Amino acid sequence: MLPWFAWLCALTLAAGLYLGLFVAPPDYQQGETVRIMFIHVPAAWMSMFIYATMAGAAAVGLVWKIKLTDTFIACAAPIGASFTLLALVTGSIWGKPMWGTWWVWDARLTSELILLFLYLGFMSLQSAIDDPRRAARAGAVLVLVGVINLPVIHYSVEWWNTLHQPASVARIDGPRIHSSILIPLLVMMGAFKLFFISVVLLRMRSDILENEADSRWLKEQGA
Amino acid sequence: MNWAEFFNMGGYAFHVWTSYLLAAVILGLNVWLPLRKFRTQQKKIRQQHETTS
Repeated sequence: MLPWFAWLCALTLAAGLYLGLFVAPPDYQQGETVRIMFIHVPAAWMSMFIYATMAGAAAVGLVWKIKLTDTFIACAAPIGASFTLLALVTGSIWGKPMWGTWWVWDARLTSELILLFLYLGFMSLQSAIDDPRRAARAGAVLVLVGVINLPVIHYSVEWWNTLHQPASVARIDGPRIHSSILIPLLVMMGAFKLFFISVVLLRMRSDILENEADSRWLKEQGA
Repeated sequence: MNWAEFFNMGGYAFHVWTSYLLAAVILGLNVWLPLRKFRTQQKKIRQQHETTS
C-alpha cells in the first residue's frame, strides 16, 4: 500500500510544481512571490489537518483504548511539526518583501506558532515519560486540549484585525481566487496529503516492528 | 521560455528559491529519517535471525 501512495505523491508533487512554477502567472500585486504560496498555503493547511487527525485519533484512543491510535499520533506529530515550521518560515520569507517584515505578533501568526509549540510539547512529553502507556495517555489529553487552537487559527483572520489576509479558498461563497492559482494550490495540497499518508505509514511500520520485535524474539528464545 | 528569467523570479529569486529549497529539505528529511530507521531495524532483525537459527 505504501509504494502506491508514494508514487501517487511523487506524481502529484511533480504536477503541482510544474503548474505552480511554470503555468501559474505572476500575481499583479505579489509578482513572482505568489509562487511561495504554493508551498506556504498547503503546508499551513496540512499543519492543521494533521493536528485534526491526531485529535480525532486521540479521542478514539482514549475511549476505546486502541494501541494503533497511539502509534498514529506519535508518528504524525513530527510530520505535523515540520509542516507547521515550513508554513511559518515560508510565510516569513514571503512577508519580508510583501509586508516589509519577517514577523508580526498578529493573531494568525501567533496562533500558528502556538500550534508548533503544541506539536513540540507533545513530542517532548512523549519522550519524557518512560512508561509508553502513560506517555500515550498524557499525549492524547494534551492533543485534545490543544485542539481549541485550531478554530482560533482558522477564524483568527476574522476575529481580529490581522495583517494576514482573510481566507480566500475555504469560504462558504466559494473560493475567491482565480483558477490559474487555485488549481496548483489544490494539486499541491493533494501532493502534501499523499506525502503525509506515505510518511506516516513509513513511520508506523517502523514503530509497529519495534513493538512486535520484542514479542517475536521472546517467542523464538522460548522455543 | 527564458531560463535566466525563470530563475530570477522577477527579482524575488532569493525568496522564492529559499522557500522551495526549504520545502525540499523538510520533505526530504521526513522521508530519509524514517527510511534510515526502517533499514537499520531490518538489518537488526536479520542479524537476530542469523544468531538464533
